[in-house]
Amino acid sequence: MIPTEWALALSAVLFVIGVVGVLVRRNALVIFMSIELMLNAANLAFVAFARQQNSLDGQIFVFFVMTVAAAEVAVGLAIIVNLFRLRETVFVDEINLLKG
Amino acid sequence: MNLPMLWIIPALPLAAVALNLLFGDRLGKRGTAFLACGAVGLAFAAAVRAVLTLAARSEEERQIVETAWTWFRVGDFSVDVSFLLDPLSAIMVLVVTGVGFLIHVYSTGYMAEDPSFRRFFLYLNLFMFAMLTLVLADNYLLMFVGWEGVGLCSYLLIGFWYEKQSATDAGKKAFIVNRIGDFGFLLGVMFLIAWTGSVNYERVFASAPHLFTAGGTIITLATLLMFVGATGKSAQIPLYVWLPDAMEGPTPVSALIHAATMVTAGVYMVVRSHVLFEMAPVTLEVIAIVGAATALMAATIGLVQNDIKRVLAYSTVSQLGYMFFACGVGAFGAGIFHVMTHAFFKALLFLGAGSVIYGMHHEQDMRKMGGLAGKMPVTHATMLIATIAIAGIPPFAGFWSKDEILAKAFATGHYGIFAAGLLGAVMTAFYMFRLYVLTFQGKPRFDENGGHAHAHAADAHGAHMTHDAHGHGAHDDHGHDHGHGGPVKESPWNMTVPLSVLAVLSVVGGWIGIGKPFIEGESWMGRWLEPVLGSGPHVHHLAVSTEFGLMGLSVAVAAFGIFMAFRAYLQSPSIATAMHERFGGLHRTLYHKYWVDEFYGAVAVNPVYQASMRLWRFWDEKVVDGIVNGVGYFLEGVSALLRLFQTGYVGTYALFITLGVLALFLHFLRS
Repeated sequence: MIPTEWALALSAVLFVIGVVGVLVRRNALVIFMSIELMLNAANLAFVAFARQQNSLDGQIFVFFVMTVAAAEVAVGLAIIVNLFRLRETVFVDEINLLKG
Repeated sequence: MNLPMLWIIPALPLAAVALNLLFGDRLGKRGTAFLACGAVGLAFAAAVRAVLTLAARSEEERQIVETAWTWFRVGDFSVDVSFLLDPLSAIMVLVVTGVGFLIHVYSTGYMAEDPSFRRFFLYLNLFMFAMLTLVLADNYLLMFVGWEGVGLCSYLLIGFWYEKQSATDAGKKAFIVNRIGDFGFLLGVMFLIAWTGSVNYERVFASAPHLFTAGGTIITLATLLMFVGATGKSAQIPLYVWLPDAMEGPTPVSALIHAATMVTAGVYMVVRSHVLFEMAPVTLEVIAIVGAATALMAATIGLVQNDIKRVLAYSTVSQLGYMFFACGVGAFGAGIFHVMTHAFFKALLFLGAGSVIYGMHHEQDMRKMGGLAGKMPVTHATMLIATIAIAGIPPFAGFWSKDEILAKAFATGHYGIFAAGLLGAVMTAFYMFRLYVLTFQGKPRFDENGGHAHAHAADAHGAHMTHDAHGHGAHDDHGHDHGHGGPVKESPWNMTVPLSVLAVLSVVGGWIGIGKPFIEGESWMGRWLEPVLGSGPHVHHLAVSTEFGLMGLSVAVAAFGIFMAFRAYLQSPSIATAMHERFGGLHRTLYHKYWVDEFYGAVAVNPVYQASMRLWRFWDEKVVDGIVNGVGYFLEGVSALLRLFQTGYVGTYALFITLGVLALFLHFLRS
């Protein structure tokens, strides 16, 4: 059986990739995908712990997270599409109207 | 159910104020006039009804108290909004509503052409409400509400023609000078609250003899402070300076507020509190001296003024002095009697003067009048009656009250004050007949065809001159040429009828005060007031011969004054001119009113003004504004720093979120 630590390590690596993606990429779509990556890293951690604890709770949480992620994609993509229609760009560093 | 519903008396004018405010723009002038006069007329009717109810009771029960509601309650101290009708307030309420009604009617004529007609009646009704609250209140605090209310209305009405700088200045002066007095009055009332724990007349007067020693410091101080309030409201030395300036207001206002009603509020207050004042002989002495000094000083100033209204204003100050020294010598009844007769003849004098001014197209300088007797017969006749009344010729009203005051001063041994009063009486007769002669007798000193010396009317003249060529008879059809020239003629009926009514009152009004030596015992007036004032210290009974002697003396001095006035201003005007030249310095002093205004300006007004300027520059501009602006600058600096973080780049925000999460993560790991 694969030790829990390995699964957690993979989860951590995926999560960090997601964070770095959010921070360094300029394309809103890619940032979005990076966020999905972070969510799924969390899912992986849930599943790993659920297995270790012999409990279904973690797996159920994963379903919730996936539901939320799906909803988020629906809303997020709609925003990005509208943003593109408005500004003809999806590069977040060109969208800085809220600069103080 | 035989309640006279006292509350309705002040409520009626207040309701008219509300209606005028809400619907006045739809009523038009006629409607407004009807509403305003109607409310005051109804208030008069209600007052008559209430007083009749009062009079029907037996003497001991002549007191009606009606509590409308409890105003406020703090611990044991509570103040009610409640009204008191007793013989004293009955006289006041009848005078206020009665004379007030006549003046309202008169105003519908006098103010007919004024663009702010509605505002005028709004203020006038508001004044009636405040004045009636003042006289009907059954405690000092409610009285103070009315007291301040009339002060406010006085301010508003003096400055009624606010586009005139002098009018607004006069209004401000009246208000500020009154504030000084009001402050004293308020302190006096606080004394009463602190020592008696109540402001209700009945309770204060009942507990005063137990709490204060007669002639003690506390009662003397409290009554002196209350008297300071009276000097402000009733224009006595040293606070009289506002009243002559108050003549900037429309003439009906001068008649109603600055002659008949408001200025007598101080006298009313003193008489109302006679229980307290009688316990403070020092205060009474002060009141007597201040009253006599005011009576004399104002009379001397009145001798040389040329503005018809100013003569009357100084005459009012002088007559108020009589009322006060009556109170000062303990003759409170005589003081109130003079308040009443003075209300009749002085209101009449002012309204008559207003009629003259109206007829003369806003000319107030008596040197430009003369010979009006034939042109304004009703005004002339009524003015003559009032002038005789104030001069003190029997059987006119003024004689009885003034004589009673002088007799009481003599009887109580205040010979100096008696002499001052007598001297004042000579001057009163003189300056009043000077006014009469200059205005109505002699030759006209103006262009009789309506061209008069006013610059503002010059452009209108051309048109009227041609009109005049058609003959004078054709004039009645085009109404009154208010302020535009045109020949002098009698005022309309709504001005002459009030004049006539007041003229009748100026004759018969004094008869209720006829007492010894003509009838046995007290006069009707004295008996009416007895439940309030008590029979008083009538220890000084004068012999009948002395009474007649005093009367003869006061008639003689009045006649002398009248004779002198006719001689100096009608028969041989050279006398007046010669006197001018002979006593030039004295004349200048009097003409400039003893330079009191200049003195106050240098001693009080200017220092306060300068100090206020400095305070403004330092405290307001530096400290207060500094704090407010400092808060602003501080927040601006902080936000300038915070703004650095708000780049507008989503990436930056995400970085901060991540750093935050990391920080939290580390924090939880370590703990």
